[in-house]
Amino acid sequence: MSRSISALAVTLLLGTFIVPAHAASTEADYKAAYAAAESANAEANKLRNQWTTAVSALAAAKKAAEEGDFDKATAEAKKSEQLSKAAIFQTNEQKENWKLIEIR
Amino acid sequence: MTMRKRSGAVLAGLAMAVTLLAVPAVATAADTPNPPADLKAFQKYFKDKFPKVKFEDFVNGPYSMDEGLYKQWKEKEEFPPYEFALDLGKELMAKPFKNGKTLADCFPNKGIGIRQDYPYFDTKQGKVITLELAVNQCLEANGEQPYSYVKDEMAAVTAYMAYTSRGKIFDVKIPDDPRALAAYENGKRYFYTRRGQLNFSCATCHVQSPGERIRAEVLAPALGILNAMPIYRSEWSGMGTISRRFTSCNSQVRSVPLKPQDEEYRDLEYYLSYVSNGLPISGPGARP
Amino acid sequence: MASTIRVRATSSGDSTEVQALIQHPMDSGYVKDAKGQLIPPHFIQQVVIEHDGKPVFIADWGPAVSKDPYLKFAFKGGKKGDDLKVSWTDNKGASDTLTAKIQ
Repeated sequence: MSRSISALAVTLLLGTFIVPAHAASTEADYKAAYAAAESANAEANKLRNQWTTAVSALAAAKKAAEEGDFDKATAEAKKSEQLSKAAIFQTNEQKENWKLIEIR
Repeated sequence: MTMRKRSGAVLAGLAMAVTLLAVPAVATAADTPNPPADLKAFQKYFKDKFPKVKFEDFVNGPYSMDEGLYKQWKEKEEFPPYEFALDLGKELMAKPFKNGKTLADCFPNKGIGIRQDYPYFDTKQGKVITLELAVNQCLEANGEQPYSYVKDEMAAVTAYMAYTSRGKIFDVKIPDDPRALAAYENGKRYFYTRRGQLNFSCATCHVQSPGERIRAEVLAPALGILNAMPIYRSEWSGMGTISRRFTSCNSQVRSVPLKPQDEEYRDLEYYLSYVSNGLPISGPGARP
Repeated sequence: MASTIRVRATSSGDSTEVQALIQHPMDSGYVKDAKGQLIPPHFIQQVVIEHDGKPVFIADWGPAVSKDPYLKFAFKGGKKGDDLKVSWTDNKGASDTLTAKIQ
């Protein structure tokens, strides 16, 4: 049990993303990524478990976009979305699994 | 399963799905709420883990887990850093509102010697009332500005109320009301649920690792962990309330904190106080 | 307004142990506030503790000392009932003083 939980922990902690190389991101790419990230963040927030790092990645995305760096902005937005998806997964997974470490 | 290049998060998702399939259905026997059994198991767990610690010393948190820290703490208690907060708290309890009443008037026995009666489940309001919530409910009911929940006046007032209740024993009740039981269970669930990018639950540190270190800090056991609140924390260079600790713990594991005194926090305080029944109030405290 | 100084002095044998807790922000001048502005330096520069009109302890402090400083020391001399005077001055020219009896 604890091994599978630490596997989850390691995976979530690492948050490494195998992203295929691609051409420079456009503003449209950024906007799409940001919208997806915003929506994932909002859902995590509704579940009362939004991750602080997802929030800061979203802010970094916005800031990079304002500075015209759409590559960075898109990358940060995608990171924020993936972190939020992990948060949503964590919340759902923990709905039952919290009992695994309960003192009985 | 065809292995294709996917982003890490999706891989994680797959790993999780496989994990979930491997996890057997969690025991149903404990699904019938039984707080007295929880309390017994909870206290036994810590007593077994720390057989040399006297029961009432669990309220001293990390100091009962580390001899060097204990000596420094004893010295510091001769002249504790929360003294200023105590003076301010006493002043605020007696200071008249615009309408002539005082904060002390809102509480039984003028707020003296009652800390151990909180939190309690208020069947009329249908929710858990913590001491901090009660203070602000009093202020608002008397047309005054509520305090910020995390420090300053709130810490001073709750410090004074804790101080005048030192030695009194926690005897938190769960009335025969399904809402009270639900609040208790909600608090328990919150305590054990992993959250944030660091994937810690409260239990990860305070049940699985008390006496051990997280970075430079010695972790306190969950048993009796609220009994010394509010605390003067050297790390904060000042006082902090239960609300402050709950919100900062959340952000430390990289989960966005809820609002102070949100339902989950009040229920969490309810659960933690109940399972520490039998232990004395030792607040206000001083912590590293 | 209540004093910023709390003192406890106990004599035993031929020496006196003194503990003092002083309420002071001790801002180093290096910390920023929530808006990103530097909080200006505001710290105690000197603490003088006198017994029988003579200084028995002088401390020259600076920004490295933390908020609400606590100090503890012992000096030879002093007996129960004697006066002990504790004073501080800070970089803004403010000061406070308190005289307590040795116990």
